[in-house]
Amino acid sequence: MKSLADKERLPREIVAMRVAKELPDGAYVNLGIGIPTLVSSFVPEGRTVFYHSESGILNCGPIADEGEEDIDLINAGGQFLQRVGGMSFFDSAEAFAMIRGGHVDVTVLGSHQVSATGDLANWMLPQRGVGNVGGAMDLAAGASGVIVAMEHTDRNGQPKIVEECTFPLTGKGCVYLIVTDLAVIECDGKRLTLKEVAPGWTPEEVQQLTGARLTISPDVKEFEL
Amino acid sequence: MTSETENPPRQGKVFPSGLAALNGITDGASVLVAGFGGCGIPVKLLRGLAEIGVGNLTLICQGAWPQESGKFGIADLVAGGQVKKIISPLPFLPDNGGPVKELWEAGKLELEIVPQGILAERLRAGGAGIGGVFLPTGVGTRFAEGKEVRQFDGQDHIFEAALKADFALLRAQAADTLGNMVYQGSGRNWNPIMAMAAAVTIAEVDQVRERGGLDPELIITQAIFIDRLVLAS
Repeated sequence: MKSLADKERLPREIVAMRVAKELPDGAYVNLGIGIPTLVSSFVPEGRTVFYHSESGILNCGPIADEGEEDIDLINAGGQFLQRVGGMSFFDSAEAFAMIRGGHVDVTVLGSHQVSATGDLANWMLPQRGVGNVGGAMDLAAGASGVIVAMEHTDRNGQPKIVEECTFPLTGKGCVYLIVTDLAVIECDGKRLTLKEVAPGWTPEEVQQLTGARLTISPDVKEFEL
Repeated sequence: MTSETENPPRQGKVFPSGLAALNGITDGASVLVAGFGGCGIPVKLLRGLAEIGVGNLTLICQGAWPQESGKFGIADLVAGGQVKKIISPLPFLPDNGGPVKELWEAGKLELEIVPQGILAERLRAGGAGIGGVFLPTGVGTRFAEGKEVRQFDGQDHIFEAALKADFALLRAQAADTLGNMVYQGSGRNWNPIMAMAAAVTIAEVDQVRERGGLDPELIITQAIFIDRLVLAS
């Protein structure tokens, strides 16, 4: 029998596409680095989403073409942006006031671990001893909660969804939805509910690669894009 | 120190060189350095610090990055052994950690890692004459350890003390001779808050205009916060 570790999973783009479906029309959205960055490419047609960046930009334009880079137009990941109508600029205190104050509607972040109660651990691997924390803690503390977009298991095949985080925490109980290359899981702060699975995967197989107990939704279905 | 830094010839707030504008900075100074990632970094003033050779500095900054690979930045001051401590959310260079990691591991550099939004509010409090602020950021994490916790609206908040420094090194697009300033895009970043939170503020600008040369409706940093100006080029 083929082991689960070798079974085909969804590509990062599909994970990003599934997250994009969660963004309401007119929402202000902050995207973290990694899979979250890809989300902006897959916003469903007819929906308008405004991107917030900790670099002090609201309504970020698309990534600048090569040769057109402007050193004074960068996002939080250091990518150069195009200048578009409706953009606005502000300082770092205002950038975080927008997040902390709950004005940003959706935050999408990658993570090393997420716990059964929605704790987020995404800023540091313990073996490093110390690390860059950046703005992750403020995003996690934002009044609107966090969607996590990540691989279901780490490089060594270990579950990233766990009963209790063993890595240093970024925020407690802040995650309300987890989208991985295997599953869509809702988090209400008490339990994790498996809502969708990747094509070809059963809920039981997803549970085997998950370090926390999943409540399987009675209407669990295949990934809906 | 060079004689230039002791007796800087100047007109009002406008200094003739980076070295002249840094007059009075000494070993052990605490220095706010503006900039976010690669933009809004006062490169000329950072070079000036290297040239003067002041040591034992405490730098407060978003990150210790160079402006671009090959250009001068905070990481170079660290590599040169001039920095005692860095207070920052992102002190390590993205790939290998750079000189900050190297010196920190060797026990030659102190680090205080602060979540970015907390640093912003500590500086804003410092500049506004507020002793500190209660923030929800970092509740239940190692950043809350040993700090006072209070509940507001049913939610835990952590007390974060205000932060101020001896000097602020800033970067703006244009200033008038009084010190009113405007920025370009994400070049604004930490400048307006840091401009309020230091005893002596020094801004490196692309243009200096005459009084009245900036639209008062559009001024972001007011002259009251700016002590010294120097042209970037």
